Amino acid sequence: MDRLDALEAQSVYILREAYNRIEPLAMLWSLGKDSNVMLWLARKAFLGHVPFPVVHVDTGKKFKEMYEFRDRYAKEWGLDFVREECPPIDAVDQSLPPAARSAARKTEGLRRAIDRYGFKGLIAGIRRDEQATRAKERVFSPRGESGEWDFRDQPPEFWDQYKTDFPPGAHLRIHPLLHWTELDIWLYTHREGIPIIPLYLSKNGKRYRSLGDQDITHPVESDASTIEEIIAELQTTRTAERAGRAMDHEREDAFERLRASGYM
Amino acid sequence: MTSDTTPIAAQDQSALPEDATQSGAHPDDAEHAGERSLHRIVIVGHVDHGKSSLIGRLLHDTGSLPPGKVEELEKISARRGMEIEWSFVLDAFQAERDQAVTIDTTQIWFKTGLRDYVIIDAPGHREFLKNMVSGAASADAAIMVVDAEEGVREQSRRHAYLLHLLGVRQVAVVINKMDLVDFSQTRFDEVSKEITEYLRSIGAAPMMVVPISARGGDNIASRSARTPWYDGPTVISALDGFHGHPGVGAQPLRLPVQDVYKFDARRIIAGRIESGTVSVGDTVLFSPSNKTARVRSIEAWPADHGPETAAAGESVGITLDEQLFVERGEIVSHAEKPPKLSTVFHARLFWLGHKALKVGSRYKLKLLTQEAEVTVRSIERIVDTQTLENASGDAVERNAVAEVTLFSRQVLGLDDYGDLPKTGRFVLIEDYDTVGGGVISMEGLPDQRQAITVKSTNVISVEHQLTADSRAARNGHRGGVLWFTGLSGAGKSTLAMEVEQRLFAKGYQVYVLDGDNVRRGLNANLGFSPEDRTENIRRVGEAASLFADSGIICITAFISPYRVDRDRARASAPGRFHEIYIKADVETCERRDPKGLYKKARAGEIPQFTGVSAPYEPPVAPDLVVDTAGESVGECVEQIIRYIEESFTLEKPGG
Repeated sequence: MDRLDALEAQSVYILREAYNRIEPLAMLWSLGKDSNVMLWLARKAFLGHVPFPVVHVDTGKKFKEMYEFRDRYAKEWGLDFVREECPPIDAVDQSLPPAARSAARKTEGLRRAIDRYGFKGLIAGIRRDEQATRAKERVFSPRGESGEWDFRDQPPEFWDQYKTDFPPGAHLRIHPLLHWTELDIWLYTHREGIPIIPLYLSKNGKRYRSLGDQDITHPVESDASTIEEIIAELQTTRTAERAGRAMDHEREDAFERLRASGYM
Repeated sequence: MTSDTTPIAAQDQSALPEDATQSGAHPDDAEHAGERSLHRIVIVGHVDHGKSSLIGRLLHDTGSLPPGKVEELEKISARRGMEIEWSFVLDAFQAERDQAVTIDTTQIWFKTGLRDYVIIDAPGHREFLKNMVSGAASADAAIMVVDAEEGVREQSRRHAYLLHLLGVRQVAVVINKMDLVDFSQTRFDEVSKEITEYLRSIGAAPMMVVPISARGGDNIASRSARTPWYDGPTVISALDGFHGHPGVGAQPLRLPVQDVYKFDARRIIAGRIESGTVSVGDTVLFSPSNKTARVRSIEAWPADHGPETAAAGESVGITLDEQLFVERGEIVSHAEKPPKLSTVFHARLFWLGHKALKVGSRYKLKLLTQEAEVTVRSIERIVDTQTLENASGDAVERNAVAEVTLFSRQVLGLDDYGDLPKTGRFVLIEDYDTVGGGVISMEGLPDQRQAITVKSTNVISVEHQLTADSRAARNGHRGGVLWFTGLSGAGKSTLAMEVEQRLFAKGYQVYVLDGDNVRRGLNANLGFSPEDRTENIRRVGEAASLFADSGIICITAFISPYRVDRDRARASAPGRFHEIYIKADVETCERRDPKGLYKKARAGEIPQFTGVSAPYEPPVAPDLVVDTAGESVGECVEQIIRYIEESFTLEKPGG
């Protein structure tokens, strides 16, 4: 069994556990490369079906290409698509730095979706290698009543026995891509022929490595204009994937605070 | 752009030191060209012995840190009044920086010339054992860090013991902070001997012991000039020397059913193959339901046709040639090497619960995809991971390791951890939380499968022309089975013979099937192995049922310790089976010891003796409980006779 097959089998196992143990369940679709892989894996897990709603928490500030991608594939893949709009910027914690405040809108939008639909489980496409705080995550990660993450007291998780029991009011975040790396995502996208948003490919010497809101996401210097070239680039780069995401870098603990309060 | 706080291991092969690129591929790693294998390494050891520092240094020395990281580290370290502190690479949380203790397990990607690694940094602090377990359980191999100055400490031993229990079999030891002991070979030999002896004693001999200084970078990526007396591997070549994943394909098939999908016309049984292989056309057995069917297809998406065969590690969906009702929790195997079926098993477990594990406590068991309520029937021993001495007790405290016996109300499909590590382990849940993990031993316990299997087919019952009513009318009472169960010495045989005599005198048709008597004839070919004991009870149940059919009241006097065996006997005589619990505690029975068996069992002359070295499952809802510890033989006999008169005697016409 090769490395991608092993990663795929583990993710399929996680998705099937989530679908069997948690009701109601939904998948968060950020439209980025990771969540597209995740959606693809769901179709593998359920043999062509996606048996739960797919939620886009929309800040209204994404790139045009992202919205086009979303509208096309929501239809083409027959998704049970749900769009949740984020509240205005002044509705979030004003003590956060500006870019983090912008990201916190998404947390608030997510909270609204949870309240509206009563989701007990949310599948999110985070990976351990993208950010140090995410490296500490569990595959099945419990959240308190207001969505907060208690990273100081996380449940034990071993032998693929995930936390599927939780008190009323709490919910779970499920992370089927936690063990993947950025390079794995691209190798798999290439192998499977998963569609991507063209913003990832180089235009005029720049490309996006990670996609977020237009105003707080910056492209990186790159000549990689095909997936093969991205793969070659990643094998030599020493720049962090989220280097272009302003909210990670405003203050030493900004991202940790965002996550503790419920951000993905 | 502000400084990057992300400790992502980047991938710069040109920066690799000589040692890493020179180390050859291990023969066990079948690595295809261009496809690198990924190994999971856990780093364990006592708090402050330098685990995080080792990793920070490892990343630095192999050129895996992003640009600017070293400057950032220096800045953060200076702010806290320290020299450069490598552990800050991993201790990403601010809280951890302030306390200088790793709170949770962290994972970091890293590569050598040979292959890719995920390094799991497990915290050494005692409070954080559950996180250490979460990190270590998924590892292919482990590096244990021991402080050269402090030597082997409490957590060093505990971690080593747990690694072994968790199934991590490859261990390398590094003796860190050699700079603090002037790179003394004598000190290295002392500490090395101490840890090696301990590891050997638990069956986990280290593959190598490396003297290092994480701070100074000695023997991390390249051989240090400060340890001229050492000619073994560096940490990097130690990593590359670990084997790949063991082959689980050659083992018997285990495919736990995760779910059954009916999204379209197909009825797909979904699950991950834990060991072995399954092919289209195979006849497969489901446990514990004991149903069989043939595999019609292995489904796949987006391909129209799935593969003909699937192997360990794959998440699959299969369809069967018939509509079998099976659900999550069943284990798919081949008929030749199925899991054992049992309601009881022994386990060695580590306890993470805030509340102690106690005899009689109930937990939710999660074993593969099976879930069941289990009760702790006994605690055989509590293991001191420091001294490896055994203690007895009726409670297992947080962070302790113990050997226990667990009972389930429902029959479970079980594998011995020694045979199949991936399926022979389980976790326990209490109040939403995972409170323990354990590995299964079926030593001395019977496979209860034969108790629920009908082997012959094409057997058609012939109807009697006489009815049960006509027999009852002649006898004046109905036939039935009075199944006496209880410990050896509880008084089953004594009471059975007394009751038989009294009933006979009253004009009842009655006969006693007694343990020792039956073994002279009907069961003369059976011994005392767990399987034979189960078969002994099965035959008695069937024989008693025939007596009951013929109108006789049949009293059986057998210890019959397992619920599943008694349930089988009940099923043989539906509506006519009466379970009588002849109740006396072990102490009372042992004091009586009419046949001297307890004495022999205590002396170790009788293995697997119920109540001493084998479990007894009391009835859940017996029809009658007779307390022989509290009441005289006469009183007990009266109680049983009254029960029989009420239950078996025919109503007098018009009365």
